[in-house]
Amino acid sequence: MLKQIEGSHGIAEAVAMCRPEVICAYPITPQTHIVEDLGAMVKSGNLSKCEFINVESEFAALSVAIGSSAAGARSYTATASQGLLYMAEAVYNASGLGLPIVMTVGNRAIGAPINIWNDQSDSMSMRDAGWIQLFAETNQEALDLHIQAFRIAETLSIPVMVCVDGFILTHAFERMDIPEQAQVDQFLPPFEPRQVLDPDEPISLGAMVGPEAFTEVRYLAHHKQMQALELIPEIADDFKHIFGRDSGGLISSYRTEDAETIIVTLGSVIGTIADVIDSMRDAGHKIGAVTLRCYRPFPTAALREALKDCQRVVVFEKCLAVGMGGIVASNVRMSTRGFTTPVYTVIGGLGGRPITCQSLKQLFEKAVQDALDETTFLDIKCDIVERELAREKDHSRPGAAAENILRDAGVVDAAKTA
Amino acid sequence: MPHQQVKFYQTGTLTVGNRLLDETQRTVQATMDRSNSLDSGHRACQGCGEALGARYAIDAAMRATNNQLIAANATGCLEVFTTPYPESAWRIPWMHSLFGNAPSVATGIAAAMRVKGRENVRVIAQGGDGGTTDIGFGALSGMFERNDDVLYICYDNQAYMNTGVQRSSATPGGARTATTMPVGTEPGADFDKGKNVPLIAMAHGIPYVATASVDRLHDLEAKVEKAMSMHGARYIQVFVPCPLGWGSKPADTVKIARLAVESGLYPLFEAEYGEIIASTKIRRKVPVSEYLKIQRRFAHTLKNEAQLARIQAVADQHIRRFGLIDEQGD
Repeated sequence: MLKQIEGSHGIAEAVAMCRPEVICAYPITPQTHIVEDLGAMVKSGNLSKCEFINVESEFAALSVAIGSSAAGARSYTATASQGLLYMAEAVYNASGLGLPIVMTVGNRAIGAPINIWNDQSDSMSMRDAGWIQLFAETNQEALDLHIQAFRIAETLSIPVMVCVDGFILTHAFERMDIPEQAQVDQFLPPFEPRQVLDPDEPISLGAMVGPEAFTEVRYLAHHKQMQALELIPEIADDFKHIFGRDSGGLISSYRTEDAETIIVTLGSVIGTIADVIDSMRDAGHKIGAVTLRCYRPFPTAALREALKDCQRVVVFEKCLAVGMGGIVASNVRMSTRGFTTPVYTVIGGLGGRPITCQSLKQLFEKAVQDALDETTFLDIKCDIVERELAREKDHSRPGAAAENILRDAGVVDAAKTA
Repeated sequence: MPHQQVKFYQTGTLTVGNRLLDETQRTVQATMDRSNSLDSGHRACQGCGEALGARYAIDAAMRATNNQLIAANATGCLEVFTTPYPESAWRIPWMHSLFGNAPSVATGIAAAMRVKGRENVRVIAQGGDGGTTDIGFGALSGMFERNDDVLYICYDNQAYMNTGVQRSSATPGGARTATTMPVGTEPGADFDKGKNVPLIAMAHGIPYVATASVDRLHDLEAKVEKAMSMHGARYIQVFVPCPLGWGSKPADTVKIARLAVESGLYPLFEAEYGEIIASTKIRRKVPVSEYLKIQRRFAHTLKNEAQLARIQAVADQHIRRFGLIDEQGD
């Protein structure tokens, strides 16, 4: 059924149709609306046979899900940003224990300086935590990916993180096709746990493993993710068969046929990028884009195939490996090793800075001429950076950088006069 | 019910009485059909009070729940010595996740059982004092505040033993630990610091809070069984001497536990819904020095009159506060 609703609400409806049995809720912007909606559904009885638990922290949220999942209940939670970091220890633990928890991350920047707006630094900080990471391009896909996530998680018995751009998707009202419960039931069988805490058949779970077996246990975690590279497209095919929509899979391509320049990105920014590609195609440039719908496991082979004939790759990412540059770009380079194709890194949209068609167009026009620097910070205000660097050079106590920059940017003065 | 034959040669101990009791009143440990939930073969140190406490508590909880029990365990000695992969000393469904989240994991298990209509399956969370009073404290308070259907048992040996005897917020004033060494004018752990988690648990208004000690089996088992007869959040803190960390003889574990109670340093009481309903009276009060002198962690306090007086003052305050000595003298 078509509905014009907020992204978070669509995600909540999808999660509810997956018949979760335990939902742990802790508020953090921008994912809060999802658990609010789920809480209301449990309270109203629209989501029955489900325990909705308001916990005291994100660390507890995932820990409760760890307990409930180990006891055989389909378990869900959602978080973002600082919350994901606060639960980091449990993030690794859930995957190490092989618990098929599904968690939404409403992607948001990490402080300090504190910032509630969108980028993907939070999910990227957990990229090696052993979770499968799926990134949604649109709200429709966010909804669809949650349904697929439970099936992927439970088939492999590993947790899945569905990454949804904060505000841009979570708070956007869009038309979404809400599936029928019968379709979801057909697609997603009841949870049959691989291991379960049960007095009828006692097991010990979470034992200490020493050097004699730790490598093998870790290798198996890696092996499972490699299995996921095959499983994720199969499940996307099955999804299409039942729901009639292309959603999920490892990567998606936009106008890459004969493309000399390919933009690689992930998440919702592909919408803006596709608009720019259209106008550049109109002007005769052979340019296209590839979106990573799955970031862990990293679809190295699929991406290599997609990039093999292009002349240059521009990785556009909303995150930064401080002291190194691009996070996604360095992964993409794994796919292009042996190629002579240059891979440019573009860092943009940090902390919610708008990514405009105009800026992207200028960027891509430079790219097609191979005039890009290896790493570009999109729309960076160089004058402000220079002023702060000069201040740090001239003063032994220049003060806090974030506050200085706010003052230089005119935000403080503007607030005073307002 | 199978049981052991009564033998009368055990005199001068508190345990002989158990054998003379009617079978129905004997301890769980005295029955041959006890569950042995924490089985032999684990790797605890000689004289480990925590191993003793956990065995007593879980066997009692198993009897109280007709063996329908799941346990979540915090990281720590109990976790490490019971489950060196691929071995496990647990004969119950048991799970270890992290150091600071055992109460939350237990909440999740209880929620799963409720949603699956298996309310007869009951849940225990357990950990040492570090996992309980420090790193797991937020999770513990959350579990209490939500009144989740979990019994949390803290095995209190008054320091981080698994990492090599460092101070926790349950370490008593004057005690030597690796991070409160007996040097300077005020040796050992500072006084007037630390948390009284049983009282904090009571402040949450939860159905049941109790303290217990491994020297008195009947009392400990009764408290666990009572806790398991109730629903909602419950907390039991068990005093468990640690020979390695305290510098005591393994054979003295039960003796030290008894002296802690009889000196007033470890008050035993029960509380329901935030109010104390009973406390264990001291049978024969002993000076704290009797308790301190058989533990090397307190050796320096015996040579320091001021410190000794402060520890005695703590015991005396407990006696007043919890009514540990009957004023009528009967």
